[in-house]
Amino acid sequence: MPATSRRPLSALVALGLAGLLALMVALSVGSVSMSLQELWAVLLGRGNALHDTLVFSLRAPRALSAFATGGLLALAGALMQVLLRNPLADPYVLGISGGAAVGALLAMLLGLGAVLVSGSAFAGALLSTVLVFGLAQGRGSWTPTRLLLTGVVIAAGWGAVITFMLTLSPTEKLPGMLYWLMGDLSYADSPQVAWLVLVPAVLLTLPLGRSLNVLARGPLQAAALGVAVKPLEWGVYGLASLLTAVAVTTAGSVGFVGLIVPHMLRLVLGNDQRIILPASVLAGGALLTFADTLARTLMAPEQLPVGVITALLGVPTFLFLLYRSR
Amino acid sequence: MSVLEARELVVDIPGRQGGDPLSARILPGQRWGVLGPNGAGKTSLLHTLAGLRPPRSGTVLVDGEPLAVLRRRTLAQTLAVVFQERQDSFPATVLETVLIGRHPFLSPWQREGADDVRLAHQALDALSLSTLKDRLVSTLSGGERQRVAIATALTQQPGIWLADEPTNHLDLHHQVAVMELLHQQAEAGAGVFLCLHDLNLAARWCDHILLLYPDGELCFGPADTMLVPEALERLYDQSLSVFTVNGKPVFVPA
Repeated sequence: MPATSRRPLSALVALGLAGLLALMVALSVGSVSMSLQELWAVLLGRGNALHDTLVFSLRAPRALSAFATGGLLALAGALMQVLLRNPLADPYVLGISGGAAVGALLAMLLGLGAVLVSGSAFAGALLSTVLVFGLAQGRGSWTPTRLLLTGVVIAAGWGAVITFMLTLSPTEKLPGMLYWLMGDLSYADSPQVAWLVLVPAVLLTLPLGRSLNVLARGPLQAAALGVAVKPLEWGVYGLASLLTAVAVTTAGSVGFVGLIVPHMLRLVLGNDQRIILPASVLAGGALLTFADTLARTLMAPEQLPVGVITALLGVPTFLFLLYRSR
Repeated sequence: MSVLEARELVVDIPGRQGGDPLSARILPGQRWGVLGPNGAGKTSLLHTLAGLRPPRSGTVLVDGEPLAVLRRRTLAQTLAVVFQERQDSFPATVLETVLIGRHPFLSPWQREGADDVRLAHQALDALSLSTLKDRLVSTLSGGERQRVAIATALTQQPGIWLADEPTNHLDLHHQVAVMELLHQQAEAGAGVFLCLHDLNLAARWCDHILLLYPDGELCFGPADTMLVPEALERLYDQSLSVFTVNGKPVFVPA
């Protein structure tokens, strides 16, 4: 649309810059702060040894994990909202985080290491996905309402299991578990997997944008306009589930990013998925990177779970935008 | 120009056994009206013809190609559907909504070009929606939304129109405007197939009529042979008075 295309494009550029800024801040702020020049020197390979270690071994992996996780969650949320044609859907609405949490807590209870906790969380997320999808098929057809209800009920089931496990857990393990449940990037030191999933996912969804715009108007209208509805819906479901599973595996169940980021962008940028999907990735990444920087600096040396920060930032911003919108 | 053909088509209506098979061809330039009481299966027939629900038996063909082998995208380049019910879960402007009619013609990476926007503006003009183009569809009245749906189909430039009660919610003026528009489409070579509730609109604008009885019985033919009071009274289980205005029959419940 020539008349309206300039604003969304400049919005994407602005969000990209915000993302870069969030990453720069994340790299330079912490127990030892760096000036912009010092950071620049480190990035060019001319920094001192302490700064090198801080940036490349500690801050960069964590900041990049945060960015990728935020991007994954926001993209998954935007996709779920279109798939379920429900603006209240988020990446966790179908019980994926519940399944992941049960997997992770189980591994923690058994005293397994971080890698196994992640693996177990991922397995739980996939189990939940398959369970919801299989049960939502039922004996009849697959409708968004049915999928949503199945997901909500399965999520409630996982919630009960989680509470049960928390009551059984020894006291010394509880803080770690609670942090995981709120979302925590302290142990996210290998961002590679998240990026390896995020980048192809973005490239895959970009050409689907217009089809998703049509799908948002209901399956019949979409089919009448030439969209192969079932393959698209299954693909989107599978992709959103995978993105969520990877995000939850990286950082635990960080709330609000997947629900609020796509929504805020819709309020400001309209509802063209070709803009909303990439914008969600950038804004989600920037938000989570920024929130994680706050989480590890606000009460340093104590670290807050990043989910607390995303909620505290997200809730008022969202309510403000909603209040202002037509 | 395209031909829509039903061969021995039985629409799958839950809870109804049997029903007459339909074998008919909707030729370019023809304006078909489907009449029948509530629940007779008008919408189901329309959706089956559009390939949106599988028939119980028989086939639907577009230009001799069975729908089962046609890609949806290819089909959408010739056949447009105006639905009776619409879903707008997410806010969108009138112009954005009408532009999605170009979807079947664009490749995944392509954005709507100037030509597409021009077609959308023409469609908005044709339905007197130009002044509403930046409004959110969710803020429009029922009749305005109905016109947006028709404008979307018009932007699709279809060779075959399948419209489910296109005059729903419309005021008298816009009813006439929409029927006139569909008439023009037919004169330009499109096949038009409408489900209608208004006998008088059907009598005035349609040249072929299909009567759909609740038990699945059906009959069709040129409008003047089908629009006879006895058949219509049996169809609706309602006695009718007939007047003649400008050479066309006008039906009024007796």
